[in-house]
Amino acid sequence: MTTYATRFGSLVDYEKGGVEIIDDDPRHYTFSNMFEVASGAVAWEKIAVAKNQEYVLEVIRAEGVSGWRSAAHDEFALVMDGTVVVELRSLTEPVVPAGTRGSIALAEQPDGRPMGRVVARRGHMALLPANAAHRFRADEPSVILLQTIAGADTVYRWSEICQTD
Amino acid sequence: MTDTAPAVVGDRNEHGYRSFRLGEFTFDRDEYFAHVAWPSGKDVLSIDAFLRALQRDVAWGFFYGVVNFDAVIGTVNHYGEVDLFAGSFNESYRGAGLDYVERFPHEDIHAAFQAILDDWTIEGFDPFAAPEETGSPWGDKQGSNTKAVTRRRVTAKRMVGVPGDEVPRSDATGHPVNRMFADVPQDEPDVEPEPGFEEEVCGFNLFAYLSRSDVTWNPSVVSVCEDSLYCPTTEEFILPIIHGNDRVEWFVQLSDQIEWVVADKETNALRARVTMKAGDVAAMPADIRHQGFSPKRSMLLVWENGSAALPRMIAEGRAPTYPVDF
Ligand SMILES: [Fe+2]
Repeated sequence: MTTYATRFGSLVDYEKGGVEIIDDDPRHYTFSNMFEVASGAVAWEKIAVAKNQEYVLEVIRAEGVSGWRSAAHDEFALVMDGTVVVELRSLTEPVVPAGTRGSIALAEQPDGRPMGRVVARRGHMALLPANAAHRFRADEPSVILLQTIAGADTVYRWSEICQTD
Repeated sequence: MTDTAPAVVGDRNEHGYRSFRLGEFTFDRDEYFAHVAWPSGKDVLSIDAFLRALQRDVAWGFFYGVVNFDAVIGTVNHYGEVDLFAGSFNESYRGAGLDYVERFPHEDIHAAFQAILDDWTIEGFDPFAAPEETGSPWGDKQGSNTKAVTRRRVTAKRMVGVPGDEVPRSDATGHPVNRMFADVPQDEPDVEPEPGFEEEVCGFNLFAYLSRSDVTWNPSVVSVCEDSLYCPTTEEFILPIIHGNDRVEWFVQLSDQIEWVVADKETNALRARVTMKAGDVAAMPADIRHQGFSPKRSMLLVWENGSAALPRMIAEGRAPTYPVDF
């Protein structure tokens, strides 16, 4: 009987597939690999790898300790490589201006109470609740895929990360 | 009941199956095939493929856009009403004027499809399962598998694992680890809420959750950011339908590998083949149809924008056919 090996990717070990064009433009498929994107990223950059109207998926290279951020809506952090500690704090009053889409950086640790933390390893998903503050810590280079809304700090570099021919 | 409500036609046939009528469409099965007919033509599909396609269409509530059963018949979701068509997305049928379509209230076509699925699925065959993991669909009517064909679709309101929302899968919930995912770690994240924050400090092991899925090619919602829906699914063998998009849809390959064949939504002319490996991210444009092939059971994150306004925005040119302009 076959023994199956499930193939996950990581920063140090990934293979990229691709688009084989018959009659189309490869740009229509916006094809990238998140581990390749994270390999070439500065820690905590929020690089869009997928976008559908205002919604984005951001790849984040997690390394060291991030700044504090907050959003007016839920976000979800899926750890795709490594281990990420998610620290959450409540806010004494909302810091994100009403109507703001995506998260904003906070200048310093917010007033408010510690809410707790989630230690997430590969494949684990953590809720980043609306109107709370969060920061990440990763002792080794790790990769987060963030489900969120495009914001002021979302980075776009499609022509660098996507297959063009 | 409206006048398009589904009707059983006649007695059971010599193989023990019922025949059905929905509008001017008729449905018959024998030992090997589903026969579908309409006033200007007919189609024949292998019964395993037909039941697998019908199962997805029913379970997804007709999904987003077009669900092609083969190159001829399928459904278009108008969100409240549903088209059942023959040849509408086939250049030859359209060119010959042989295409045919009828529109039904969602409830009527859903009830008809559910009734066909239940009557034609025999004991031991699970249309949601990979072929290696289920019995035979062939032959005369022999029992049924109502439990398998009426599974509840998972739709988290916020995130799986949040108190009061969908629960993570386990042996106790009746979801053993699939044989092809026996090596997937089953540890849950360390979730350490301070008192009073148990509803907001939450996490779960998505990969373990997917390793325990008992269905294939069945996107179900695990996290929700407004209209942004994470709809991961486990894939093995062939996507039983050919999905024609009415909006941009995104794929994130979480594990292993899938090959996609991409053709024009309207004409079915081949446009591309897309090979996705773990960590790859790709869009399916709003003007194509696609079918996936997964040699080993794999984890695919389907990312949807569930906005009800999108199909009209795309039709009116207010939303792009292609996801990003660069
Ligand atoms: Fe699709």
